[in-house]
Amino acid sequence: MIAFAALLERLVFTPGRNAKIALLRRYFETTPDPDRGIGLAAVTGALAFAAAKPGLIRDLAAARTDPELFAWSYDYVGDLAETVALMWPTVATGEKAPSLAEVVHTLETAPKGALPGIVADWLDTSDPSVRFALLKLITGGLRVGVSSRLAKVALAELSGGRIGADEIEEVWHGVAPPFLSLFAWAEGTGPRPDPDAAPNFRPLMLAHPLEPGDLAGLDPAVLRAEWKWDGIRVQLVATPLGRRLFSRGADDISPAFPEIVEAMAFHAVLDGELLVLRDGVVAPFADLQQRLNRKIVTAKLLREFPVAVRLYDMLFEGAEDVRPLPFDARRARLEDFFARTRPARMDVSAMIPFGTVEDLAALRDGARAASIEGLMLKRGDSPYVPGRPKGLWWKWKRDPLTVDAVLMYAQRGHGKRSSFYSDFTFGLWRPAETGGEELVPVGKAYFGFSDAELGFLDRWVRAHTVGRFGPVREVEKALVLEVAFDAAQFSTRHRSGVALRFPRISRIRTDKPAAEADRLATLMRVVEGA
Amino acid sequence: MPHPATWLKPLPQGLSCEPGGFFVDPVRPVDRAVVTHAHSDHARPGHRAVLASPATLALMQARLGEEACLSWQALGWGEVLRLGDVLLSLQPAGHVLGSAQVVMEYRGSRAVVSGDYKRAPDPTCAPFVPVPCDVFVTEATFALPVFRHPPAAAEIGRLLQSRALFPERTHVVGCYSLGKCQRLIALLRAAGWDRPVFLHGALAPMCRVYEAQGVRLGDLRPATVAAKAELVGSIVLAPPSAVGENWARRLAEPVVGMASGWMRVRQRAKQGGVELPLVISDHADWDELNATVDEVGAPEVWVTHGREEALIHAIGKRGVTGRALRMLGYGDEDDAGGESPPAPSPRPPPSRGGGADSSPPPLEGGGWGEGPSGRGAR
Repeated sequence: MIAFAALLERLVFTPGRNAKIALLRRYFETTPDPDRGIGLAAVTGALAFAAAKPGLIRDLAAARTDPELFAWSYDYVGDLAETVALMWPTVATGEKAPSLAEVVHTLETAPKGALPGIVADWLDTSDPSVRFALLKLITGGLRVGVSSRLAKVALAELSGGRIGADEIEEVWHGVAPPFLSLFAWAEGTGPRPDPDAAPNFRPLMLAHPLEPGDLAGLDPAVLRAEWKWDGIRVQLVATPLGRRLFSRGADDISPAFPEIVEAMAFHAVLDGELLVLRDGVVAPFADLQQRLNRKIVTAKLLREFPVAVRLYDMLFEGAEDVRPLPFDARRARLEDFFARTRPARMDVSAMIPFGTVEDLAALRDGARAASIEGLMLKRGDSPYVPGRPKGLWWKWKRDPLTVDAVLMYAQRGHGKRSSFYSDFTFGLWRPAETGGEELVPVGKAYFGFSDAELGFLDRWVRAHTVGRFGPVREVEKALVLEVAFDAAQFSTRHRSGVALRFPRISRIRTDKPAAEADRLATLMRVVEGA
Repeated sequence: MPHPATWLKPLPQGLSCEPGGFFVDPVRPVDRAVVTHAHSDHARPGHRAVLASPATLALMQARLGEEACLSWQALGWGEVLRLGDVLLSLQPAGHVLGSAQVVMEYRGSRAVVSGDYKRAPDPTCAPFVPVPCDVFVTEATFALPVFRHPPAAAEIGRLLQSRALFPERTHVVGCYSLGKCQRLIALLRAAGWDRPVFLHGALAPMCRVYEAQGVRLGDLRPATVAAKAELVGSIVLAPPSAVGENWARRLAEPVVGMASGWMRVRQRAKQGGVELPLVISDHADWDELNATVDEVGAPEVWVTHGREEALIHAIGKRGVTGRALRMLGYGDEDDAGGESPPAPSPRPPPSRGGGADSSPPPLEGGGWGEGPSGRGAR
């Protein structure tokens, strides 16, 4: 538990991806089984149990601490588990803190009524950092910003490069905490865990963005074109042992989309786009967002935001791995399969006929319909290769929209950029309730420019600061930035009522006075569905 | 026996010892100031006569200049000076080098002003000496039970572990220039770190005074742009504010640390963008504050600054009367306050014509009168 608490302590404060991987790798190297496997499950969210409610912790604290001192402390710290972890009176018991495996096993098996006493004993034998980890684990509030992908990369590093993260991905959903066989495989002391016919995630094939220079090299005769849909990429896996719906990042999102899982009455692994579809019409991405990141879904959500999958590729049919086949052959298999099985809530993404590259350009420029981001181009002879292979698939997004916005706030970056203001919040003008004009924030973007421009913006921010809020600086409303974005959508989460898809700063407009920047009403005119 | 409340009073200038004719840590220029330690919120320029421990005087003169006050007088540990009817002496407070408690006795009653203090061991200064008294005047910077500082050596261990895990990155630790910086260096040396420690320019002058006072700090080097190659994998100390400034660009993909008692609370560390929070403080934590109150045995405790309500509540349950002085002007430097130490505010040099405020009339000669160490501690 001590090593796990120390890992948490570092992960929570570490923004950098490589640093997180190094911390995980060291934890895996230095922590014995089965603790390290339980730790892996805990940081990746695979141990999603809440053994106790915050009320239990509150009661324990009330029994051991002075109520007024507790109230002042909680008021200052602002987090219940942290307050209790810090102010729990130290008792010299001489006993060792429990191991992580012991804690998890006890939480899973102990009767509810025994829990307060057990937890109090654990707290007595722990230091503040272990107490914090314990309390967060018990209440299911462990948030450390580690994706399961990141943990798999760390496991791949543990193997010394012998095993790729994609290979770990393939067996991941066939292994379970404490992952003894997985660690043995990574450390070269055991065989590859056999995934059998388990419903496992298969690493995705990704497309390269099409650069202007690529156009000349394209051969229309071998290219196939489809619309690029603005939903989320999903993988549908149905085997005799189960059905799963995976996100692009290999997270199992089946519980959030029960209607899709129900419709997967087949044995295959399919690739497609998850969309909110009403009467055959794709809804804006903001609608799909209502369904994302939910553990449970209500009947109301199911009704108001009905989802469907637009299929575009096939990886397995039954037990047969069709990934080595060329795209054309896989597509034919997909169409045959679909005609035979006709699964509900699914359709097949249409192929777009075209003759020349010029035809494609015209199609792309005309793609202004809601929920089409542009075109996907795939070579008809391309096998399904995990990762982002060169020269096989391209995504050709439509030209971005732009708006001239005013810089409002700036925040420092991390790591190499920790001394640079490189994260910017910008806004547009709208009529103020009190008369006159006011700026309202419409988005936030990281740097997307050269070092010279980064340096210029950093100096500008420092010289024009009017307020500070922790790492954030408010600046004079005087600098205009041209912001490019893919789409604008209504949003109830943002004060401006609008959310931008993929905003990035395309130009610094020192030539333009802030008063002449765009107005919110201008942006509203391009909002989808408006 | 007069109650200390009749002869020791919180005035806007600071704590006034009327029968002795001096103030303790005055925040405005006065005729006679007894200074507990050299942090800028306690040791301010513009007084006519200053009395403090020899090390505090050296630190003050290095920071403020020898012209900042007209006369300087040193008083060694335990030496007694008579001022009117008041017997004055200094005892170590364990906060930073030279930090003192001011012990005052007047007609049989004794008050101790502790200044800022801590009880944890610190290789760079003399340890706190508890003095039994009738009124104990304490700080309360970390007076909440959530503040229990872990052993500093363990925190330094975390820094060195991180260094070993990320050997290609620069570990830069934000720390205050007087006290914390030198303590960190001494702790690093004690942990076996014998490589050079690189310093931001603002930290060097105080380190030189420490060395001159006999505190060995080992190989210290300026963290200049020219040293960029050497900074890869090294440990750099800098004022907290410098980490976000242009200065930090010479560092190789820095791991940003911060050494402060506030790092105990996650939100405080996150707000500052700190990646490696080190809970190392030069102030007494909750347990130390309570233990010290019990140890000096004073029936009455006055709290100068900090979170007085929790401390007064806790000692009240043990029968000790607490009183909040709510003194303004303290807690500007080091842990007691915000992010960056303020520059000493420029003040006109004191005139011989008398106190700028309502301080008591000068004693004969305007100095400190008779005493064991004479005038002028240069």
